[in-house]
Amino acid sequence: MLSAEAITKSFRASSGRVVAVQRASLALESGARLGLVGPSGSGKSTLAQIVAMLLAPDSGSVTIDGDRVRVWGVRCSRELRHRVQLIFQAPRVAVDPRLRVGEAILEPLAASGIAPAGAAERVALLESWAARVGLTRDLLERFPHEVSEGQLQRACLARALALRPRYLVCDELSSMLDVSTQAALLETIAAIQDERELGVLLITHDRVLADTWCDEVADIRELSARDQGEEAVAMRPRDRAARRLRERTPSSDAAPEPF
Amino acid sequence: MTELLEVEELSVGFRTRRGVVQALSQASVTVGRGRLLLVVGESGSGTTVLAHALLRLLPRNVNVSGSVRLGGQELLDLSPAELRRVRGRRMALIPQSPASSLNPVRRLGGQLLEAAQARGLSEQQSRTRLRELLGELGLDLAFVSGRYVHQLSGGMQQRIVNAMALVGEPEIVIADEPTSGLDAELVDTTATQLREISARGAALLVITHDLRLAERLGGRLALLYASRIVEVGPTAAFFAAPAHPYGRELLRALPEREGKSIPGMAPELTALPGHCAFADRCPDRFDRCTESVPDLYPVPDGVLARCFAHAER
Repeated sequence: MLSAEAITKSFRASSGRVVAVQRASLALESGARLGLVGPSGSGKSTLAQIVAMLLAPDSGSVTIDGDRVRVWGVRCSRELRHRVQLIFQAPRVAVDPRLRVGEAILEPLAASGIAPAGAAERVALLESWAARVGLTRDLLERFPHEVSEGQLQRACLARALALRPRYLVCDELSSMLDVSTQAALLETIAAIQDERELGVLLITHDRVLADTWCDEVADIRELSARDQGEEAVAMRPRDRAARRLRERTPSSDAAPEPF
Repeated sequence: MTELLEVEELSVGFRTRRGVVQALSQASVTVGRGRLLLVVGESGSGTTVLAHALLRLLPRNVNVSGSVRLGGQELLDLSPAELRRVRGRRMALIPQSPASSLNPVRRLGGQLLEAAQARGLSEQQSRTRLRELLGELGLDLAFVSGRYVHQLSGGMQQRIVNAMALVGEPEIVIADEPTSGLDAELVDTTATQLREISARGAALLVITHDLRLAERLGGRLALLYASRIVEVGPTAAFFAAPAHPYGRELLRALPEREGKSIPGMAPELTALPGHCAFADRCPDRFDRCTESVPDLYPVPDGVLARCFAHAER
């Protein structure tokens, strides 16, 4: 389980301190889909970055499968950071413009020293992930500016999944994309969930999307304790996730897992 | 009857090192005064290129053919000086992403005044006009004048660029993805503002991939796929029953409908097929679909669809 307890985060601003997240708590079971909704500026992205260990909270704790996060950002161990991967709203600014799409997908593996040693294995791994997210082989040779927004977001999803995270945090992954590409990205994530336990935190403005795709939906304003001392009730999305697990039938034609 | 804006067989190709990217192929649309046309398509389908081509905001490596007439005047033949008298005054653009369209290091007052004066208003007239316009949008000129763009909320930024577009009392307003990345509340505000623009009598052309916004705005809708208009007709008719298989599959992908993606991807604009561009992904494909590019065929309810399934009617 990925859990965040009583997270508070504020930022310095010219007008004083701005509290982005106030004592927010959430719990994401492995294999479950939790939707997080709320208006712009309500702290959704800040909370996402904290649970992905990119940003340290002022107070509160994050625990990932029993391991409490004690340091944040690059000081945090790679093993721990790999467990939670984040996908951002704007793929253009989330990839290095100098890397080819294929290189961008493998870059985190290479940087962590866990990419396959042989070139043939690397290509095989890359192509298996490209196929899973619906990218054709020729696109892997292109630079980010030579592919569409939707194609680049597919690459960002492949990049995140290639690290085999236990939890995926999607911060508005489709708000700039057409509905078919959105559906394709979510189908890929659902297919991974059919194979192994992957908890998904879906942050979105789109209440309809959250209600239809997620097991549970929380409004960040409800997750935050309004009054001093009052703990927010954490979301525990069990029922639909459990049902999905029961309905999951092993099938022989399922795509083999990379690695 | 001549419409305010008449676009005929407009094609735009970009010369790149990977060959010519055919971003728009023979698009024909019209918009009348006080009318709304929605141009809907996924990123890379040609929607933004259409908007920019109307204003001739295209880079040099471009091949343009066809015709764009505003009140009968051909825009593609205008000199740069003549074009400046059209842009902003007769035809205005509400750009995608207000935050990045405004100058971050100048206060907004100067930028608003500059926009108004570029439309030929005196300083005094500009202030009066801007005060009225912003007031109608719920903003105070004095309040925003001393501020920088990052000090305003997304909704306020949107209203600033809306005011800049409207200050020259244009005959037609083109809005490029006006709700991209906005939350539900701001989408509501923007939809209301767009309806108000239309109610003032200006023609409105809205580029969007947001199907829910399109359904709410109504008017007419042109659906683009791989650089071509594949369906055009009343927005209500489209949402009731799309005539083109791409439109039908796109609506099925809405989470509240089936949330089902369309297999595959749109073809590369450098290598558009010599047949229906959607054929490879179309569940209803038959032989003819992979032989030639279909025309726009009439369907009931005043709809045109680029699909051979409607060719025999």
